[in-house]
Amino acid sequence: MQTLTYEFPASRPAARRTHVGVVGSGDLEVLMTPADGTARVRVRTSVDGFDTVWRTVLERFFARNPVAADFELNDFGATPGVVVLRLRQAIESGSSQGGTEGAA
Amino acid sequence: MTRTDWQAMLRRTSFIELNARQRARALLDDGSARELCGPFDRIESPWLEPQGVVPQSDDGVVVMKGALDGDPAVVVAVEQAFQGGGIGEVSGVKMATALSLAARDTRAGTPTPAVLLLETGGVRLQEANLGLAAVAEVCSAILELRALQPVVGVIAGSLGCYGGMSIAAALCTRLIMTEEARLGLNGPEVIESEAGIEEFDASDHPLIWSLDGGRQRVGTGLADTLVLDDVTALRTAVIDAVRAGMPAEQRSRRIKELRAALEAVDPARPPEPAALADVWARAGAKGDGR
Repeated sequence: MQTLTYEFPASRPAARRTHVGVVGSGDLEVLMTPADGTARVRVRTSVDGFDTVWRTVLERFFARNPVAADFELNDFGATPGVVVLRLRQAIESGSSQGGTEGAA
Repeated sequence: MTRTDWQAMLRRTSFIELNARQRARALLDDGSARELCGPFDRIESPWLEPQGVVPQSDDGVVVMKGALDGDPAVVVAVEQAFQGGGIGEVSGVKMATALSLAARDTRAGTPTPAVLLLETGGVRLQEANLGLAAVAEVCSAILELRALQPVVGVIAGSLGCYGGMSIAAALCTRLIMTEEARLGLNGPEVIESEAGIEEFDASDHPLIWSLDGGRQRVGTGLADTLVLDDVTALRTAVIDAVRAGMPAEQRSRRIKELRAALEAVDPARPPEPAALADVWARAGAKGDGR
């Protein structure tokens, strides 16, 4: 298990906190809490040695979606595709037009 | 509802495919569900991270208060995808406390039945004795509440309910299963690794389901209701089970029947699984037909 932290500049504030996903095989859970000016990401992952892949995936995601919030990711071996889907789900359900907290 | 016909197949919404949080919400009345000790309370297991296991923010148990067909109820759902639904110190205490609070509310004048969604391999091995203690607390809390209000167990699948939590399931006032669900004390792989493949072949799925499957468990009176894997069917069955109120005698108290069931089976020459219901019925061991 490895804990990684990252910070990215973010201009778009999240409207509300949201929780998606499960710490199950090939999946992860995301807890998003609104914050100011920065996207702070803490990743706890069951798979060691993928620091660079995480940085690349997250950099690309927050370049396109500069959502200002704290993101806590508890990962159980999700692929980059699943990580991006869960992050997108989190920011969608945490936006002002989004669904309710913990929709999935 | 147990017959699988095409129209029902096409119309149904799978309950098995939902995660624990979605399952709890799906059972309660629309808009009534309120989660207690949710992910943002961050009451996760303190024992997993030191052992190199990623924790989950709700420790794999979702507690949801709300209304069930208009009346107060609490639903406790185990997340089968997290650590095989294993019960640890935190997740076990969440379940036990929810049951105790339902008993307290009932005594204070707000009858609060409980629904337990049990998809679990039993005690979470990383938490060893603490997990065992937590399962004992869950059992004790079921006994406390079931004297006042129904405690309805649901095993929908696909994981099933094994280990210490199968004892909790057996203590429930009523038990609802789907055909996909399984219920047993020792899991197939545990039996195979302890007693050998001659005793039990854990890769033989038809064998597992013929013994532990929902159809067999309901057929032999160890569970009460067999339902289709469908959200509406599950919710209807749960509402019916709560509305049925308190039984004359809890299943786990019907010692005479359970003893007759044990005596009717010769372990050296066990009956075929399909014949067990008849063997037990002849021995007067089967439940009262509920």
